[in-house]
Amino acid sequence: MTAQTAAHGRNVSREFLEERAKFVRLETVRLTRIAGAGHYSSTFSAAELLACLYYGHLRINPAEPLWADRDRFVLSKGHIAIGLYPILADLGYFDPRLLDDYTRLGSAFGDHPDMKKIPGCDFSSGSLGHGLSVCLGIALAARPQKRDYRVYCMLGDGELNEGQVWEAAMAASHFGVGNLVAIVDANRLQIDGATADIMGVEPIHERFASFGWEVQRIDGHDIDAVLGAFDALPRGTTGKPQMIVADTIKGRGVQMMELSLNWHVGNLVGRDYDAVIEEIQAGLKPVTATEVRP
Amino acid sequence: MSNEASSEQGAALSGLFTGVSDLKESRSVKGTPASRLPAFVLGEELGDLADRDPRVMVLTADLASANRTTEFRDRHPDRFFDFGIAEKNMITAAAGMASAGQVPYAATFAAFCAILCAEQIRTDCAYPDLPVRVLGHHSGMSMGFYGTSHHALEDIAMMRTIAGLTVVCTTDANHLRAVLRASLDHPGAMYIRMGRGRDPEVYGEVPAITFGKAIRLREGGDLTIIATGAQVRAALDAAENLAGQGIETRVVDMHTIKPLDEAEIRAAAAETGAILTVEEHNIIGGLGSAVAEVLVECERVPFRRHGMPDEFALIGPPAGLYAHYRLDTPGVTAVALELLGKG
Repeated sequence: MTAQTAAHGRNVSREFLEERAKFVRLETVRLTRIAGAGHYSSTFSAAELLACLYYGHLRINPAEPLWADRDRFVLSKGHIAIGLYPILADLGYFDPRLLDDYTRLGSAFGDHPDMKKIPGCDFSSGSLGHGLSVCLGIALAARPQKRDYRVYCMLGDGELNEGQVWEAAMAASHFGVGNLVAIVDANRLQIDGATADIMGVEPIHERFASFGWEVQRIDGHDIDAVLGAFDALPRGTTGKPQMIVADTIKGRGVQMMELSLNWHVGNLVGRDYDAVIEEIQAGLKPVTATEVRP
Repeated sequence: MSNEASSEQGAALSGLFTGVSDLKESRSVKGTPASRLPAFVLGEELGDLADRDPRVMVLTADLASANRTTEFRDRHPDRFFDFGIAEKNMITAAAGMASAGQVPYAATFAAFCAILCAEQIRTDCAYPDLPVRVLGHHSGMSMGFYGTSHHALEDIAMMRTIAGLTVVCTTDANHLRAVLRASLDHPGAMYIRMGRGRDPEVYGEVPAITFGKAIRLREGGDLTIIATGAQVRAALDAAENLAGQGIETRVVDMHTIKPLDEAEIRAAAAETGAILTVEEHNIIGGLGSAVAEVLVECERVPFRRHGMPDEFALIGPPAGLYAHYRLDTPGVTAVALELLGKG
């Protein structure tokens, strides 16, 4: 199926988006080698979500990063900035060669994104639990300005442990912020183990629904499903805030990383590096991991 | 600058803004008209700013009736948001609004913004250099018998270590007006510290202020008292007491803690016999510490930090606490005499 997202984003094919998700994973591997450590697996779980958002959906103009009517995207799970930077570079927000100095002394590009240094980054992040409040504020600012932009926030499922998320969730429905869209990359793992074991957050969709949100729950690696969820978002700046719970696999795309606790932060070297590049280039295979692995 | 001079500059500013409404004019607290009480001025002044500037928004956390931003709410309901008892969400949402071009003023007890939300102020407001104005009212121990949970005797210390954050203490009602007006186009994030809202008057008119520039309120060569917030009044009155004993005291309103007016501190060190700092804050990390950091690089003069000792306050009404901790006029007078070896 060819994705039709002209209403808000751009007409792009499913094959193109798969290719861009692959690009996110490959760039993550490349940049991690420059830094010597990086968040592979929590970036891989969000690769399709990021690709669909930026290439197929968001109302943005890379030639005018501060365009007042643009949609905003806040990466509340800021530790996957390594997957966002290549997209912003690819779209033309800045020279892709700048990423060759990723994390080096004086670089604009650290493990977490800095809005003051990076064109296209709508808000700095890194401290989990803040992003939804940021987006709430941006969404409310549309009212006195009479603008119709949407604000998108990507959170991790582990991040939902943070109390501030629920303060924002409560306020978003109370204020009827219909132009706020939250996407939870529910990849089932946090640093110390499965989210279910460390601090259970499920059922995420029911919890947000009970907080007054309109909720969709989809397969976050299925490009048609992701675009379909975006297309189903209602227009307007008032109404229920919108939640998309995306079921994903942490480490998706590299089998040894899938649902593995070993790869939250890591560094591929030697033959492992080459093998992973090859595996990503070959495209997604069926998931083999059925439970969390040490 | 003398009181008289500041009054003249204030007169130059007055008339540019709408006056006190009839309703407000009719209200008073213990004989002091509402127009001279910061508590009544805040909502009105913010409302006036919003009349002229569409960027102004006001947020509070279930304390609109305590900080009287209700007046703003009534005048600009579309730009007022009560976040309920959820301060962290409020501060971060304010940062989001600022990133979209607004100038949000987020008001709550100093204990629940500067202390509870220190990380949100650092990470979401100061680090992205956004024009969020955090209004911490009821600072120090002005909440009296509500106790330590509601006191903020650590906020200056916490806020002034945050890079790029402007930290200002308001002195009285007219000074608050001046601070709010000047804050509108001030670059970056600000922490604006307010007292209980009944702070005694120092400025008869709205003073002309510049952030980072102290206001010298009285001249004297024997001693300089550098004070901030409500203690400026106590310092002026103590200076009057000391004059009766032949001691001439310079009094400086150090309303901006950061950036600090280092030149004014160096001038006090060079031109007067001793320096006393007075603040309603733990003596660790506040105004006294900030001044001391400058003084250690100057020629030495007798110096003493006066404020809250490093302990949690007793329970009591504010006036009783100020007397106990010697932050009232007799207390400041006594401490000044001790510093000068005449106590």
